[in-house]
Amino acid sequence: MMAATLAIVVSLFMIIVAVVKRGLPAMSWDMVSKIPGGGFYIGKEGGLLNAIIGSLYIVLGSITLGLSFSLPIVLYINLYLPEKSRLAQFTRLSFDVLFGIPSIVYGAFGFTIMVYLGLRSSLLAGILTVTMLIIPILIRSIDEVVRRVPKEMKDAALSLGATRSETIRVILRQVVPGIITAVLLSVGRGIGDAASVLFTAGYTDSIPTSLSQPVATLPLAIFFQLSSPIAEVQDRAYAAALILTFIVLILSLAGRYYSRKYSKNKI
Amino acid sequence: MDKIRYNKYRQFKEFAIRHIMLFLTLLSLTFAIVIGISLYYKSIPILDQQSIWELLSGRSWKPLKGEFGFFPFIMGTLWVTGIAIVISLPLCLLSAIYLSEYAHPYIKKIVFPMIDVLAGIPPVVYGVWGILVVVPFISAELAPHFVEFSTGYSVLAGGIVLAIMIIPLMISVFIEIFDALPGGLREASLSLGATQWQTIKKVVVRKSFSGIAAAVVLAISRAFGETIAVLMVCGNVSEVPKSVFDPAYPLPALLANNYGEMMSIPMYDAALMLSALLLFVIILAFNAISRLVLIRIERNFAL
Repeated sequence: MMAATLAIVVSLFMIIVAVVKRGLPAMSWDMVSKIPGGGFYIGKEGGLLNAIIGSLYIVLGSITLGLSFSLPIVLYINLYLPEKSRLAQFTRLSFDVLFGIPSIVYGAFGFTIMVYLGLRSSLLAGILTVTMLIIPILIRSIDEVVRRVPKEMKDAALSLGATRSETIRVILRQVVPGIITAVLLSVGRGIGDAASVLFTAGYTDSIPTSLSQPVATLPLAIFFQLSSPIAEVQDRAYAAALILTFIVLILSLAGRYYSRKYSKNKI
Repeated sequence: MDKIRYNKYRQFKEFAIRHIMLFLTLLSLTFAIVIGISLYYKSIPILDQQSIWELLSGRSWKPLKGEFGFFPFIMGTLWVTGIAIVISLPLCLLSAIYLSEYAHPYIKKIVFPMIDVLAGIPPVVYGVWGILVVVPFISAELAPHFVEFSTGYSVLAGGIVLAIMIIPLMISVFIEIFDALPGGLREASLSLGATQWQTIKKVVVRKSFSGIAAAVVLAISRAFGETIAVLMVCGNVSEVPKSVFDPAYPLPALLANNYGEMMSIPMYDAALMLSALLLFVIILAFNAISRLVLIRIERNFAL
């Protein structure tokens, strides 16, 4: 049994070592500060700035959008509905199920909507698709913390004459660390997912200046450039893999730090 | 006077917020239905032309001739998923038992964050690892012992990469189930003179059997839908694989690889959207069943 646990830990290290070993020699300052020269698939010059900025745009947009949908839903099922409400349980179940839907299905769905509306692959479509992908994550993990807020706190606010919507302010203040953890979790998922943006965000060499332009992302930078026959372009893919792994590691550590610092009953 | 107006304002605000939130909640519940309907709507053209059974059992995939047989892709998906489960199930079960029954708290403190990191690594990075490590290993070390030649881009490579990818999900659900088991059951068994291993085998695992099954179904559905990592290491040849060293072409990979050209060939987009619909329906059903089982377990043990 210890061997099985050890095997899992070792495979994690194998992955990280493989990515770092191949990615580190390919890293340079140009890689993170320049857009690719002469086309991302054939051009030997330049770096990944288009993909880095693109991923940031997508993640920032979808987190903002995602929070403005998921916070009201979580607060509603916890503050307004009675404790054993059918609707609340059904909502939780349905987001548990949506959480399991693969990102490629969200991508395909986003694509059908785009075709229906006559849109082309763009930053906006990418943001919307990634938002669909992360809303279940946000709702599940924020719900977890809001549920743990002592009932007395809500009752105290109500008994002082606050309306239900005014208790939200009291509850929100309690769960800020939980929201931050949820956001970090979904940033990690959103930034690393390729299948959802494959159909919807497209790929480009430049940095988009409006919502209707296509946008490059880090996971697709890896996916597309890895299949190029030119070594310099492949190097860019491995460097992107290293950057992505690094980002995810930081996010994971930060999430741990926050949830340990602010909650008592976490392992 | 002033006070009353203020109260009215507050009541209005309360009313507005309550109804906006209710609306958003109800809207979100229709989401899955909207996805299903729009994918179905898009795949109607091909369903009108051929029966679903013909499509699922057809072996030939030639979009230019209008032949869309999904059988090789379904077999590809099943092979890859099967291998992934065979590899990861024993690993996860044993580690989960170790972590929840035997391990010292500080080992948990080291291992849990690592499982978290493993869960956070993006699929495409798993794919890179597959290309850098797994594929060369299979083609150079493993395959020569069994078959004459393999490029390494194979069912086995996809299975190994997927196995590692579903480990975090499976382990964390297993641990949750074991931890939900009332401690009294273990103590009762131990006090009757059973060893710890006997207790685990006859009490812990047996009592949580339905939960273990649910977790496996959850992991299967995750593996079913995994796209990019599998696409990168599976070889993508649309034939039914004959051995684990043959390439395969799972359903999600088909979808991801062909979206660019699908608009120019008639029926192609309908066929691909049908594959998305298939994935959606299968995974939705699997997920719903296993989540319901898990919820029931949680409720039973909470008493």
